[in-house]
Amino acid sequence: MSSSSNPGALTANPHPRAFHLASEDDHHPENGTLLGFWIYLMSDCLIFAALFATYAVLGTSYAGGPSQAELFKLPTVALNTSMLLLSSITYGFAMLAMAKGNKGATLVWLGITGLFGAAFIGLELQEFAELIRDGAGPQRSAFLSSFFALVGTHGLHVSVGIIWLITLMVQVGRKGLIQTNRRRLMCLSLFWHFLDVIWIGVFSFVYLIGVLR
Amino acid sequence: MSISPDLAYAIFGRFNMDALPIHEPILVVTFIVVALAGVSILGALTYFRLWAYLWSEWFTSVDHKRIGVMYIFLGIVMLLRGFSDAILMRTQQAMAFGHNQGYLPAHHYDQVFSAHGVIMIFFVAMPLVTGMMNFVVPLQIGARDVAFPFLNNFSFWMTVGGAIVVMMSLFVGDFARTGWLAYPPLSDSAFSNDTGVDYYIWALQIAGVGTLLSGVNLIATIVKMRAPGMSLMKMPVFTWTALCTNVLIVAAFPVLTAVLAMLALDRYCGFHFFTGNLGGNPMMYINLIWIWGHPEVYILILPAFGIYSEIVSTFCSKRLFGYTSMVYATVVITILSYLVWLHHFFTMGSGASVNAFFGITTMVISIPTGAKMFNWLFTMYRGRIRFELPMMWTLAFMLTFAIGGMTGVMLAVPPADFVLHNSLFLVAHFHNVIIGGVLFGMFAGIDYWFPKAFGFKLDRFWGKVSFWCWVPGFYIAFMPLYLLGLMGVTRRLRHFDDPSLQIWFVIAAFGAALIACGIVAFIIQIVVSILNREALRDVDGDPWDGRTLEWSTSSPPPAYNFAFTPIVYDHDAYWDMKSHGYVRPSEGYRPIHMPKNTPAGIILAGLAVVCGVALVWYVWWLAVLSFVGLLGYAIFHTFNYHREFYIPEQEVAETEKARTLLLATRA
Repeated sequence: MSSSSNPGALTANPHPRAFHLASEDDHHPENGTLLGFWIYLMSDCLIFAALFATYAVLGTSYAGGPSQAELFKLPTVALNTSMLLLSSITYGFAMLAMAKGNKGATLVWLGITGLFGAAFIGLELQEFAELIRDGAGPQRSAFLSSFFALVGTHGLHVSVGIIWLITLMVQVGRKGLIQTNRRRLMCLSLFWHFLDVIWIGVFSFVYLIGVLR
Repeated sequence: MSISPDLAYAIFGRFNMDALPIHEPILVVTFIVVALAGVSILGALTYFRLWAYLWSEWFTSVDHKRIGVMYIFLGIVMLLRGFSDAILMRTQQAMAFGHNQGYLPAHHYDQVFSAHGVIMIFFVAMPLVTGMMNFVVPLQIGARDVAFPFLNNFSFWMTVGGAIVVMMSLFVGDFARTGWLAYPPLSDSAFSNDTGVDYYIWALQIAGVGTLLSGVNLIATIVKMRAPGMSLMKMPVFTWTALCTNVLIVAAFPVLTAVLAMLALDRYCGFHFFTGNLGGNPMMYINLIWIWGHPEVYILILPAFGIYSEIVSTFCSKRLFGYTSMVYATVVITILSYLVWLHHFFTMGSGASVNAFFGITTMVISIPTGAKMFNWLFTMYRGRIRFELPMMWTLAFMLTFAIGGMTGVMLAVPPADFVLHNSLFLVAHFHNVIIGGVLFGMFAGIDYWFPKAFGFKLDRFWGKVSFWCWVPGFYIAFMPLYLLGLMGVTRRLRHFDDPSLQIWFVIAAFGAALIACGIVAFIIQIVVSILNREALRDVDGDPWDGRTLEWSTSSPPPAYNFAFTPIVYDHDAYWDMKSHGYVRPSEGYRPIHMPKNTPAGIILAGLAVVCGVALVWYVWWLAVLSFVGLLGYAIFHTFNYHREFYIPEQEVAETEKARTLLLATRA
């Protein structure tokens, strides 16, 4: 970047330089929102990273209390996981319908996605309630604190996602698949699949490895 | 009238009249002074009918320039508070020897040093840095605003919200007595059962949301909105440092959010992350908080490096020496800042290998930093240096920061750190780099860009008075602390037994008094400049013979910044334009698409403050209500699809014509 490499315009180009765009459209950049949302998701990913790290450190601090093998029921978790994975597939169908401009189908698939999400949250809350009832609540040991924090934070994200999904369904219902709504659906899509990826981490590192311990 | 204690608890939580410090004379006097000042400011605003103007032109503004200015205003106001704490501490330590217990009781002194650190980092340095980036970056890259203008306004008000929560703890209840990072187990409910740590947690969580979102915003702005022709290696150095800083913000602040949430769960819900029993691990907290905390110091210093780079090049009228190496040094520092966090607790007992690794990575950081230092020196070499105020601050920085950097390398040697850890040597070191690096940089930046923001320069005389109070004041205040630290004096002490140490504390207190004069002179500088603004007027918008795009606009720039989007050929884009005989276009204007102002940011942040304070005082109904309100209002806001408008062609043409006439009369 030294000055010798760049004064070319003076010699090579006899015409005066254009220092402005003569015409332009919108000042908002192409896909700026999606980039911004993606960056936000990466920061959210780091919150989960911190929670995973905490779980990795504290996951065997049972303090004389129950361990993973005694607490986790894989059939429930399998059902739970399939609910969330299915919801990701149905969100994909909603996006395909959106791409075709089919408002009705988009809304139906979004509705189904929300129901799968709600089923996931319901099963998770049931699991939490059982653990707490059996004396394995988050106050019992550092292991359970870190477990509830990690899984609970994920559940909180899914719940927020459901509220957001309902909001968007209302907005799509009212305004149709206008550009702004399409962009919003794309953002929620990123968010929803992101939560799926996080759950695969939770499922593998917390539940599967947990029962093997 | 009397209500049952249960009912009172349900309504007011743990708040009662004892929470008001009516039995503490220092606080009562402070409160009276603050209240009088506050009432007179509010009265003046009402008398001059400024509320509507402030509300519609500033508080609800989504203009990055105004938001930047408001950030810097917040930083300066909070500097006064943070510095008052510093004066209290220096006076106490200069007095309290032998039988003399000084004038601050222990529980008060401990709050003072905790609040000082929290305020100086989160509510002085961060707003100043964020404000600079907000104001300058879009102008430097030839953009009309940031990528998400509303989010920008919201981020600012969340930062203000955090500051309000901290300030509230001064008069209602207590602040944390744990030091600025609130290490457990001391910060757990078993040992800090009052409101102090809760104020700390919620103030930082609220402000942290703002900081994180502003980081996302500026990254998207820099990546997506650069003027055509401005490739990454043609970005001005300040924009480069801003990009790296915002990457650090986005990569570091989530960890702070997570660790403070865990501390809150420990305190509010009886979890066991960091408690001393049932498997909790306090060292986990210290690791996590420094994984945020070390990048944080680079978040502060990198933009200051950027400011110095712009200033050295401008006031030596030369291209920056080693632009490419400057960029790479910045990026290397960004990466390395994640690999050194453990040097904050070498004494934890990680073992020789781990300590050696982190000691070496720490020392390695001095290499890119040194490269920067040499780049600045070589830029000055054979330059025609103009000793304007920004350049003076830059020279003071280069001298001071070199000393701070060297004591940093000393602390990076683990065996030396075992002796110096938690001593006043450490305190002197980080003040050396933060005052000598960040704060001097902010003063340099304020002197440098003030004419751009307001249309007139700052007064030189009072600026020099401020400079000559600050710089020697800093040395007199902190060099004694290096000596005391080497003699083994630990930090955060309220009282001393050995009278031979007293003289050093008296000298340090004198230095602090000199710094106080520097702050007063800085305020006088601003007042004098405002009164004298006609004489100091910056007519052509380029008072320093600047090199980057912000100087091609008028001072202050119009709301839309650039009537035409510039095309860039060089990293000194405006210098390039000037040397190619650039002429401002005088026709062909078109309407400009801009975002509308909105009160949503201030409302959301207000609800967040209510929620935070309700959580501090266990007023559960209010916390739930305000949180639901927050969520509901955020959703409501998304139903507003009409957030933009066009500045008509006529208005653009008139604004630009007025400038053309102004320039013509001057020539």
